[in-house]
Amino acid sequence: MIEARGLTKHYGATVAVDDLSFEVHGGQVTGFLGPNGAGKSTTLRMVMGLDAPTAGAVTINGQPYTSLRNPLFHVGAMLEAGALHDGRSAFNHLWSIAQSNGIARKRVTEVLEIVGLASVAKRRAGQFSMGMGQRLGIGVALLGDPELLIFDEPVNGLDPDGIIWIRNLMRSLAAEGRTVFVSSHLMSEMALTADSVIVIGKGKLLAETSVEALIHGSAQNFVRVRSSRIDAIAKLCEVNGGASTVEADGALAVTGLTAKAIGDLAAAKGIALHELSPQDASLEEAYMELTRDSVEYLAGVPGSRAPVVPPMKGKVA
Amino acid sequence: MTAAQVPTAARARTQPWGHDFLNVLKSEWTKIRSIRSTYWTLLTAAVLTIGLSAIVCAVFVAQFSHLKASDIATFNASSTSLTGGILAQFAIAVFGVLVITGEYATGMIRTTFAAVPQRLNVLWAKVVVFSVVTFGVTSAACFVAFFIGQGILSAKHIGVSIGAPNAVRTVIGTALYLTVLGLLSLGLGVVLRKTAGAICAVVGVLFVVPVLAGFLPSSLDAIQKFLPSNAGQAIIDSGPHQAGATAQLAPWVGMGVFALYAVAVLTIGALRIERRDA
Repeated sequence: MIEARGLTKHYGATVAVDDLSFEVHGGQVTGFLGPNGAGKSTTLRMVMGLDAPTAGAVTINGQPYTSLRNPLFHVGAMLEAGALHDGRSAFNHLWSIAQSNGIARKRVTEVLEIVGLASVAKRRAGQFSMGMGQRLGIGVALLGDPELLIFDEPVNGLDPDGIIWIRNLMRSLAAEGRTVFVSSHLMSEMALTADSVIVIGKGKLLAETSVEALIHGSAQNFVRVRSSRIDAIAKLCEVNGGASTVEADGALAVTGLTAKAIGDLAAAKGIALHELSPQDASLEEAYMELTRDSVEYLAGVPGSRAPVVPPMKGKVA
Repeated sequence: MTAAQVPTAARARTQPWGHDFLNVLKSEWTKIRSIRSTYWTLLTAAVLTIGLSAIVCAVFVAQFSHLKASDIATFNASSTSLTGGILAQFAIAVFGVLVITGEYATGMIRTTFAAVPQRLNVLWAKVVVFSVVTFGVTSAACFVAFFIGQGILSAKHIGVSIGAPNAVRTVIGTALYLTVLGLLSLGLGVVLRKTAGAICAVVGVLFVVPVLAGFLPSSLDAIQKFLPSNAGQAIIDSGPHQAGATAQLAPWVGMGVFALYAVAVLTIGALRIERRDA
């Protein structure tokens, strides 16, 4: 659906996007994650043909965006809710954009209903609240009834009602079989909506994987073990290639071994276990771990460590 | 893709290629008529053209008895009744600039280019819509100004009819001057993207450049008549009595030179709009 190859963007000496390659597959919600300043918006502008890459290329269904004819039928995007003339009414805003792609007036009325702005269609967009502006931006994206939808930080600055509305909209768009590519710096938001994620930091690809694989592959995953002979278990794990730390409440946190392996080892030695539970990191934790270094760098703290990228089932760069 | 479940516009996809530019034209027409600045800039231009011209004619009539014979001999009734057009150019310049900088200032341009990635289609559609609207309104205003002005001048029997030599040319020429000036402004708007910067540039081209050129040695006086404002206004000023004047180009030659400036600026704008990030 979307394919980026070696996508690079320099602004003077600043490298906003650095040799970025990824694919967004059809029929699912793909989250585009990264800390603020990671290069997400720049990447999306290049996808939309608004900014020209310094190097590399990005295509939509094998074609560069700029060669699409009446692109609204293929791709609907909301890159910034404020990308409208604030003196124009909501209806005229949508209508002028619809006309440019030969979309019927009837569809404008329909879209105004879908995004819940029908009652304020004649009001100037400049008077809209942030949430209404966001809805109008999404209305533009829906005009051509496209198969691919791109949203840049759609929940930014929205109240809880607006957030839920957008979340439901993305889910229903995906349920209709559409492809949704949505950026966010909030992992928690993606945990609820995305099937797979592309994580970038400092303009570079950090991970391209399913949400599930990201959690399972996280170094934050461990197995919690409780036993009256915790020292023996710790030694046993170490001998068999695991590592362990004692938690504050006396439980042992083991990494590098599965719960099954630990259980079998303990049974072989005749050690009774009181608890043996695999602990999955939350998506948030997996994400924090992944982007820690790019965030630290951006905060101006020199990071001497190499990026800690845990092994994953998905493709990792 | 289960399009059947959704009310879909995609199914109504019937436009053949040739209609694409027409669609962009329609879109730009909707844009230009749905913004207030279109109305107030055009209204200002019309009021200045008609009102100021009428005032100038009235003053001329009032002072008639004090005028020297030589003044009366060189009096051009047609251009006098269109004097207001010179002030209306400020309003038209603002209109031309805003057509494009309004989109850059608000971020609308990115929505526009996402919908129409063939950016030059957007630029040319704006040029066409702007030209038609501006020429329509200014030529109507100029005709009204002419008839009101001549009505006032007829009190001293110095008015002319629309059938007089060069009368129609002066009226249409004034509207044409304003339209081309607007296109020059639109072009500067595309190049500079900023409303204030582009308006300053228009004012600079029209008023500052001629003043600066005045400081040039007299051996270079010949370039004066090729300056944008001087060349463009030749079609308004030069009546039959100025035919021998060396200070101005022939009316249509001047308009041609003025149009070339607009074409040059729009060409630079077209190159930039294609190459720069939106």
